[in-house]
Amino acid sequence: MEKPTHLPSEAARQRYWRQNLKWLTILLGCWFAVSFGCGVLLADFLDRFTVPGSKVKLGFWMAQQGSIYCFVILIAVYARVMNRLDWELLQGTDGAGSEAS
Amino acid sequence: MDVRFWTYLLVGLSFALYIGIAIWTRAGSTGEFYVAGGGVPKIANGMATAADWMSAASFISMAGLISTMGRDGSVYLMGWTGGYVLLALLLAPYLRRFGKFTVPDFIGDRYYSSTARVVAVICAIFVSFTYVAGQMRGVGVVFSRFLEVEVETGVIIGMVIVLFYSVLGGMKGITYTQVAQYCVLICAYLVPAIFISLMLTNNPVPQLGFLSDAAGTSTGLVEKLDGIGKDLGFKSYTDGHKPMADVFAITLALMVGTAGLPHVIVRFYTVKKVSDARTSAFWALLLIAVLYTTAPAVAIFARTNLLDTVAGKPYVEMPEWFKKWEDSGLIAWVDKDADGLIRYDGTGPAIEKMAGSKKVEPKFVALSDKMARGFHGERVLLNEPTDVTNELYVDADIIVLANPEIAKLPAWVIGLVAAGGLAAALSTAAGLLLVISTSVAHDLFKRTLNPSISEKGELMLARVAAGVAVVIAGYFGVKPPGFVAQVVAFAFGLAASSFFPAIVLGIFTKRINRQGAVAGMVSGLLFTATYIWYFSFGFFGVQGTPDQYWFGISPEGIGALGMVVNFVVAIVVSMVTPPPPAYIGELVERIRLPRAAFGEEDSGPSAH
Repeated sequence: MEKPTHLPSEAARQRYWRQNLKWLTILLGCWFAVSFGCGVLLADFLDRFTVPGSKVKLGFWMAQQGSIYCFVILIAVYARVMNRLDWELLQGTDGAGSEAS
Repeated sequence: MDVRFWTYLLVGLSFALYIGIAIWTRAGSTGEFYVAGGGVPKIANGMATAADWMSAASFISMAGLISTMGRDGSVYLMGWTGGYVLLALLLAPYLRRFGKFTVPDFIGDRYYSSTARVVAVICAIFVSFTYVAGQMRGVGVVFSRFLEVEVETGVIIGMVIVLFYSVLGGMKGITYTQVAQYCVLICAYLVPAIFISLMLTNNPVPQLGFLSDAAGTSTGLVEKLDGIGKDLGFKSYTDGHKPMADVFAITLALMVGTAGLPHVIVRFYTVKKVSDARTSAFWALLLIAVLYTTAPAVAIFARTNLLDTVAGKPYVEMPEWFKKWEDSGLIAWVDKDADGLIRYDGTGPAIEKMAGSKKVEPKFVALSDKMARGFHGERVLLNEPTDVTNELYVDADIIVLANPEIAKLPAWVIGLVAAGGLAAALSTAAGLLLVISTSVAHDLFKRTLNPSISEKGELMLARVAAGVAVVIAGYFGVKPPGFVAQVVAFAFGLAASSFFPAIVLGIFTKRINRQGAVAGMVSGLLFTATYIWYFSFGFFGVQGTPDQYWFGISPEGIGALGMVVNFVVAIVVSMVTPPPPAYIGELVERIRLPRAAFGEEDSGPSAH
């Protein structure tokens, strides 16, 4: 991250935080859905199906394997999205960042 | 070349490596001692975090627990990895931007209160000690079982090694040692798993073996295990047996509790920038997931092998490993029907608890006694047999420790497992010791008792504190207090019901004030502690029974409810008391945005 030539405006800062919260809500929603949703609450329902190409019950697999893979993907998405938001805020590419300089 | 030779060789080589790294990366300043100067590469930091995170319990006990609990064991898998997601999304980036070394620092500054800081320091030290005692015990167990030395000797050897590289190298030494330890422990976990996966399913990837058919048949391996288990009267492996509310609560308490663990949070300070911290968090979880997705596969492989080898077979035909692990008390057999066959079924524990012990553990007649061996050569138990037909006691730890022997793998694999178990225990112990020494030297002395202490004095103090902490932890490792299991549950509950809500509210709201945060932490803690105490020890001789659980939630999961109590109390109390001073709003604003948005460089934490 290079040092910005100008500081972002108040509006840009607020937009950054709102975007941050939006992505947190989405990602934590997925986090809840794959762990508590598929692994606990809906597990009995999902157990009626099997993992494609095998004979292992889907709910059981989600609780023991699937949810962990999803967690890794969630953090990867988070790192990408946030690094992009940081860059937009500091470079002012969202069109509003340069107002206050 | 036998097992002993390989074990000594591999353990010796790995120890030499750790010591070499420690000498090469000595710390010269408090910054290097506490956070490695904030200059660790991303992937290396990810590996160190993973080694920090995966304790002796993850390595030695987890697969065994899953193997015994089946579906219900998922709470550990989801709880410990899901907690990492919370940590990476909700806590780490903001604490990193806050720019101080520790969680108590954040709590103290955000809630403008040295009382809050001291409460947080005490919680951090308590949680860390509970953990570190468990790790030292793990070191002792591995030594005693693989190298046939006393548990006490094993703990002392472990203490000396940890002391050497954590006192000398601080965070810098620990970080690079942990990188090496990650490599050792993951190899030690994967090599036997790959071998056994190939043998049982013809698929070298354990995660895929989990899904495959048993070798030479068209039945799924999991299905086959369920079938064998059912024939022997065990509960189905793939169905849940705990109430759903309890599974939900335990998973949540483990997630939130692990997210609040101080030794992992500090790992986000050791890279250069917040963006690096995020990337390194990804690497860490990926590397953790390698072990955590292998564990349920190992659980299934080992259980299948164990049932195949042992159930219904005559004792005299048992392979070498059975007798060896019998001597270490991990497996025991009592021939109730005097037929010489090992009857292993799901009717319940084979033996009674010894008077005065908390759990069922086999105690044998001493080998020197002429009654030491029974009619078939088995070790004679002092425990009374129970009324049920099951004749076999199996300790969950045997699943990982004896796995290579049960599967008849070569001797060097067994030595590798020993080195891996030690790496897992030592890496976590070192990380925790550093938290303890930082808490004492930095939070307690520098920030509270004696702010004028020089950097050199603080560094010296941190080293002395680390030394004292190792000795105390070692003592608890040699003589674990009888209530260790409850204390561990307590540590998770404590972290879940105290730290987590205070930090999250401190970052995501500006309105929460000192009164709210302190009231929330205290009520969450009291609630959780009372519940655990009532069901584990009781009050005035009245102890709770499981049918009194609230919503069917066991003490293990009550931290989840304690967290809710904390959140509610903190919010309500803050609403009816005056808002925090204006500069707190600015402090919160600053941790929400990249430092560069304020025209500052993200240079990492500073000591002042």
